[in-house]
Amino acid sequence: MGIATKRRDYSLVGPEAEAAERNGLVSAAWYTCLVPRKQLKELMRREDGPAIRDTLIWFAGLALSGALAYHFWGSWLCFPFFALYGVLYGSASDSRWHECSHGTAFKTRWMNDAVYHIACFMIMREPTIWRWSHTRHHTDTIIVGRDPEIITPRPPDVLALALIIFALKNTYTFFGKLFLHAGGRLTDEEMTFVPAMERSKVRGVARIYLAIYALVLIACVYERSILPAMFIGLPTLYGAWLSVYFGVTQHLGLAENVLDHRLNSRTVHMNPFFRFVYWNMNYHVEHHMFPMVPYHALPKLHEAIKADCPEAYSSTIAAYREILPALLRQLRDPHYFVKRELPSSARAAPVGAAAAI
Amino acid sequence: MSETWIDAGDPEDIDADDVARFDHAGKTYALYRTEDDRYFATDGLCTHEKIHLADGLVMGVIIECPKHNGRFDFTTGAAKGAPVCVNLATYPVRIEGGRLRLRIA
Repeated sequence: MGIATKRRDYSLVGPEAEAAERNGLVSAAWYTCLVPRKQLKELMRREDGPAIRDTLIWFAGLALSGALAYHFWGSWLCFPFFALYGVLYGSASDSRWHECSHGTAFKTRWMNDAVYHIACFMIMREPTIWRWSHTRHHTDTIIVGRDPEIITPRPPDVLALALIIFALKNTYTFFGKLFLHAGGRLTDEEMTFVPAMERSKVRGVARIYLAIYALVLIACVYERSILPAMFIGLPTLYGAWLSVYFGVTQHLGLAENVLDHRLNSRTVHMNPFFRFVYWNMNYHVEHHMFPMVPYHALPKLHEAIKADCPEAYSSTIAAYREILPALLRQLRDPHYFVKRELPSSARAAPVGAAAAI
Repeated sequence: MSETWIDAGDPEDIDADDVARFDHAGKTYALYRTEDDRYFATDGLCTHEKIHLADGLVMGVIIECPKHNGRFDFTTGAAKGAPVCVNLATYPVRIEGGRLRLRIA
């Protein structure tokens, strides 16, 4: 029997959105590992200390690498410093945006909000749009027609995947939407997840972003140099690769339309530098199952639930050994996905509406 | 019109600075106990995505939803910002004869 290769509709306003609703996959009850309430309360407890420490290191790293890159501008010696600056600007901002959108990084609310807005600007994600997009991602994780944050459809869009390595596709989309939002309009898809009472916030921020980028452009023209853009704007592109390297491990190649994060997310062990840049989002099953647990408590949460979860990947390389063949196979067979094996000690995945595809 | 108070259990079953779920007549409530032993009650489900607030985190007089981290002031029901936009219903509670009593009408 031939394999159908017709692309599914991953938009949020098409037939798959209706199918998800019909199949009980929208705002559904998800599987949760059992964690005693007292232990969970302890894990959820907020602290300012770890995030203040990490944010100071992050800003110091940006300042130092930026200063050295500036100093060596015009010689080959500036390259390694721009490489580090780019990773701290274009990749570390991804995890800071993420954690602060959940409001869990800091105990103090204004600190979460301040770092959220700084990181949003750096990663080129408008704060209101992305707060709500990510809310939907957590409600309907990898549910086709509902989740706006599925990196690539099945079969995979290889060109789009290649373009996101240096944030080319995202940046193109970002500026297109920025002009739309600055004019007070949202796309049809955005209207599905941004509530009416939140939409007024979008226009003002879009105009501020445009004004900042216009100033950077003017500075470049005035200086007759791309140097200003090397510090604001371009690092989102040349420094994006590490966040893409991390982000691909989260869900790619795993099941769609299941109500069990153990089956559609990966937990991958990483070295301390990666975990600093990624703010422990390598514990992705744990994060999705208990999004209230701050990043600094995720290793402990991992220990608490690992007997009920598939085995974590030993490294990013181990994860890519699974992901890359899976993507290649999905080019030929879009129905293929990696089935995560639950250990014998695990509770069974829920049955019913959650039919993996 | 007469008020309807129901038995909502032993107040000591709720830890200080915590929340517990209470179901009655097909409806679910969240019962709160503050650090200084004051009790409050709200609807049990978040107004955003109908998640049980009893699985959330109490911080002072704030309850944070476990799914999307939406926050409410449980003493007033006021939504404290995105992603929650709609206030929670609140219910009077009192302690009578060593039992927690909840007024549902």
